[in-house]
Amino acid sequence: MKRFTELIAQLEMSNKTNDKIAALVRYFNEANDLDKPYVIAMFTGKRPRRPVSTALIKEWAIELSELPPWLFAESYHSVGDLSETIALILPPPAKTTDLPLHQWINALQDLNGKDDESKKKFIVNAWDSLDTQERFIFNKLISGNFRIGVSNKMLVNALAKQSDTESNKIMHSIMGKWKPDEISYQELIAGAHVDTDRSWPYPFCLAYALDSPPESLGDVKEWQAEWKWDGIRGQIVKRGGELFIWSRGEELVTDQFPELHFLVDELEDGTVLDGEILSVKEGKVQSFSTLQQRLNRKTISKGQLESAPIAFYCYDLLEQQGIDQRGKTLGIRRKALIEIIKKIKSQGVLVLSPGIEVGSWAELALLRADSRLNNSEGLMLKKLDSLYHSGRKRGDWWKWKINPYTVDTVMIYAQKGSGRRANFYTDYTFAVRDGEQLITIAKAYSGLTDQEIKEVDAFVKKNAIEKFGPVRTVKPELVFEIAFEGIAESKRHKAGLALRFPRIARWRKDKKAAEINTLDDLRQLLNSTL
Amino acid sequence: MALIRFSNKGIYCEQGDFYIDPWKPVKLAVTTHGHADHVKWGNQAYLCHELTKPILLHRLGAELNIQTLRYREEININGVKLSMFPAGHVIGSAQIRLEYKGEVCVISGDYKVEYDGISTAFEPVKCHTFVSESTFGLPIYKWLPQQLIFDQIGNWVNNNQEQGKTSVLIAYSLGKAQRLINGLKDQDRPIYVHQSIANLNDAFIQAGVALPETIRISPEIRKETLQQGLIIVPPALADGRWMKTLQQAATGVCSGWMQVRAGRRWRSADAGFALSDHADWPGLLSAIKATEAEKVFVTHGFTATFSKYLNEIGIEAEEVKTQYGTEEEEIETGAQENPEIKEEAD
Repeated sequence: MKRFTELIAQLEMSNKTNDKIAALVRYFNEANDLDKPYVIAMFTGKRPRRPVSTALIKEWAIELSELPPWLFAESYHSVGDLSETIALILPPPAKTTDLPLHQWINALQDLNGKDDESKKKFIVNAWDSLDTQERFIFNKLISGNFRIGVSNKMLVNALAKQSDTESNKIMHSIMGKWKPDEISYQELIAGAHVDTDRSWPYPFCLAYALDSPPESLGDVKEWQAEWKWDGIRGQIVKRGGELFIWSRGEELVTDQFPELHFLVDELEDGTVLDGEILSVKEGKVQSFSTLQQRLNRKTISKGQLESAPIAFYCYDLLEQQGIDQRGKTLGIRRKALIEIIKKIKSQGVLVLSPGIEVGSWAELALLRADSRLNNSEGLMLKKLDSLYHSGRKRGDWWKWKINPYTVDTVMIYAQKGSGRRANFYTDYTFAVRDGEQLITIAKAYSGLTDQEIKEVDAFVKKNAIEKFGPVRTVKPELVFEIAFEGIAESKRHKAGLALRFPRIARWRKDKKAAEINTLDDLRQLLNSTL
Repeated sequence: MALIRFSNKGIYCEQGDFYIDPWKPVKLAVTTHGHADHVKWGNQAYLCHELTKPILLHRLGAELNIQTLRYREEININGVKLSMFPAGHVIGSAQIRLEYKGEVCVISGDYKVEYDGISTAFEPVKCHTFVSESTFGLPIYKWLPQQLIFDQIGNWVNNNQEQGKTSVLIAYSLGKAQRLINGLKDQDRPIYVHQSIANLNDAFIQAGVALPETIRISPEIRKETLQQGLIIVPPALADGRWMKTLQQAATGVCSGWMQVRAGRRWRSADAGFALSDHADWPGLLSAIKATEAEKVFVTHGFTATFSKYLNEIGIEAEEVKTQYGTEEEEIETGAQENPEIKEEAD
C-alpha cells in the first residue's frame, strides 16, 4: 500500500508523460507481484463491485470527525474530491499497518454481502491505521474510481517498457476479460488468457481531426468516405458460439442491446465487426438524443425498444474465421465485410455504413455541408490501402467534422470547479435573452485557458450579486460564444430546449450583453432540425 | 462604547484614537506585523514590536515615525492600556492587547500556535473580545509537526541531487524563508537565497536576530554549484526566466495550500509542502478557546464558515469584512496576479 501511495503521489506531481511513464516503470519493477494485476485493473477502469455506498462512507466520516454535516459539505466544496476530503478530515490515525495493496482490495471485496455494522467496523479500523495519503488511496479503492491522469495508452507504454514486450500485445491483453485475483502479472503481460478467452475485442483504430484542406490528402479515389455517425462506437465479437458487444469505453454492453442478440445465430464464429451503435427508425438514423434513452440502463422497457430501436452500422471487419484481418488493406476488408452483411437474413439491423462515391473533393465538401440532414457529424476519410491500426495514428484515417453550432450567451452564474480547479470559479451557467428576461440554456466548464480562468475568477469575485451555497449570481456582463453539437426539446429545462455537448468556444470580449442571441433564435434552429 | 470597532479604514479604537493594521492612512497605526496586507505606507506614526521595525524601515522607507514595544511591555494611550504579545506568525509579529476600564480586547493579526524555532512562540492572552484570522479555517487543514516537513524536504532534495536536478523552494520572503533557513540548517547543505530574502535577512541580523548563514545568489555562482545546494526564492520568481537557466530545476512550494491536491496541481510545482505560518483548524480552535473570549470577530479567510462553526459550539462569533482578504481564495489566486500580495498571504 505504501509503495502504491508513493506511485500515486509521483503520478500527481508531474504533468509530463515521460515522468509518469518512468514512475510507472519504477513501480512495476519494485512492487509486490501480487499487487500488479490489481493496479492494472484499476488504471484501466475495471471496477470491482463497490462494497460500501458513498452515503455510508460519508456518514461514518462525519461521525468520526465530530463535525456538523454542513461543515463537511463546505470542506468538500473546497477540496473538490470526496475521498480526499474524508482523508483530510478524519482524526489522525492511532495505528500503523503496511498490508499489501491486493490484500486491502480483497478485504474490501469480502465486505460485499456483509451487514453495515461489520462494514463500518472494517472501514473505521482501516482509517485509523492509515496516514492521510494512504487514506485517500484507500477511499479511492472503495469507490473503485481511480482517475489519476494515466491513460490506457500511457499504462500500456509503461508496461511494454518494463517487460520489454510489444505494446500492441499488451493493449490486447489488458483490454480483454480477466480478473486480477486469477491471473499473475507475468501471465497478463504474456497475454496467456487471451487465447482461451472468447470475448476480447481489438483496440479501436481512431482518427485525428483533419487539420488541412482535403486536397492535401491527394487523389480522392484513394480514399473511402463515410458518414461520421453520432452514436456509440462498438465492436461485435462472435466467438465460440457466444456474442459480445463492446463499447469504445471498453465496456461490455451486450445486455443493453437485445436487438442485436440474433446475430449469435447468424454470424460465423471468429467474426469481429467494428461499427457504430445507432438508433435507426424506418431506415433513418436518429439523433444522439434518441439513442441516449437507451444508454446505461439496467432494464429496457418495451416502450424504449419501440421509441428508440437499435441498429449497428458496420465500418470494418477485424476478424474473420478466427483470423485477424487488421493487417489487410481497408479495400480488402471492406469487400469481405459486404459479403458477411449480405448473408444476414434479417434486414436493417446489421447494416453496412454506406460509402460515399464522389469524383472530387469539392463534391464531397458539398455533401459534407449537409451532414446534419442525416444526423451525422460530418465525414470520415479512410485511405483505401490503410491497415487497421491500434489507437490513434496520423495519416491514414481522418475525421472531417462539420463545424459546431454556436450561440452568443451571457454568463449569469459561476461555481467553483473541482480537482485542479477547486478554488477557482470555473463552472459557468450561460443565458440567452427572452424578451426582458435572461433564460439559462447551458452550463459549461471547459474551453478557457488558465489565464482566462483567472480573469473570469477575478470578475466573479468582484461582481458576485448573491450566494446560493457554492453558486454565485454574477452581473450579466461577460459574453461567451458557446459551441454545441445538437439541440433537442426538453421538459426538464426552463428554456424548453437543451443543447448537446455545450462548451465555451471563445470569450467574446468584443461583445456586450445586449448583443447576445435570443431564445427565439434557438427555437428556430430547433424547428429547422426536426 | 465598545473598545474597538471596524471602520472603513481598519480596526479602530476610539478611546485611544488609533487604528490597528489600517489600510488607509491614519494618525497612528498600531502594527501587528510587517506583511503588506497589514501595514501600509503613509501613516503619520507607527507603533510596532521592536523586531517589526527593521522590516518597516526596509519595506516602507527610512523616514518613518516608528515607536516600538517589547513583548508584554505596556503603554497608556488616553487611558487605554496597550501591550503586545507574541503571535508566532513571523519574526516580530504581535497580538495587540487593549485594556480600558477592565475590558480587554486582543487583536491577533495573523498567528500560528506551533513554535517555528525562529519567531517568538504564540502566547494565548485571556480577553473579553478576540479578533482572529481564519485563513485556514476549515477542518481539512491540519498541519504535521514542522520537523516532519523539514525531513520531507531533506529527502526531496537528496532525491533531486541523485537525479541531477536543482532543488528550488518557493517561500514568502518574510517569514517562511527564515523559518526554512533555520529549520534546514542541520541538513548540512549550502542554502542560496534570492536577494529579496537576503536583504530582509540582513535587516534581521542587524537588529540582532540570530539567523543561520546563507549565500546571496549572484550571477557569478556556477549552476553546478547551485545544483549541489538548496535554493530559496519568493513566489514572484517561481515562473520566471531565471528558473529556466538552472540545471533541471525541481520546484517545491511551501504553503498551507499544498495540503490539498488541487492546490498542488494548480501551482504545477514538482512538490508541495504543507508548511504554513497560519494556524491550522485545531490551532485556531485551541487559541480561541484559550482566550476564554466572550466574543470573537473573525477576519480574513474562511470567515463565514468559521464563525458559523464557532457559534454552533457556543462561542459567540461574528464575521468581519476587512481588507486583509475578503474571500478565502483571494489569498491564493489574487496572489497569482500580484506578486506583492502573494508575498504576504501565507
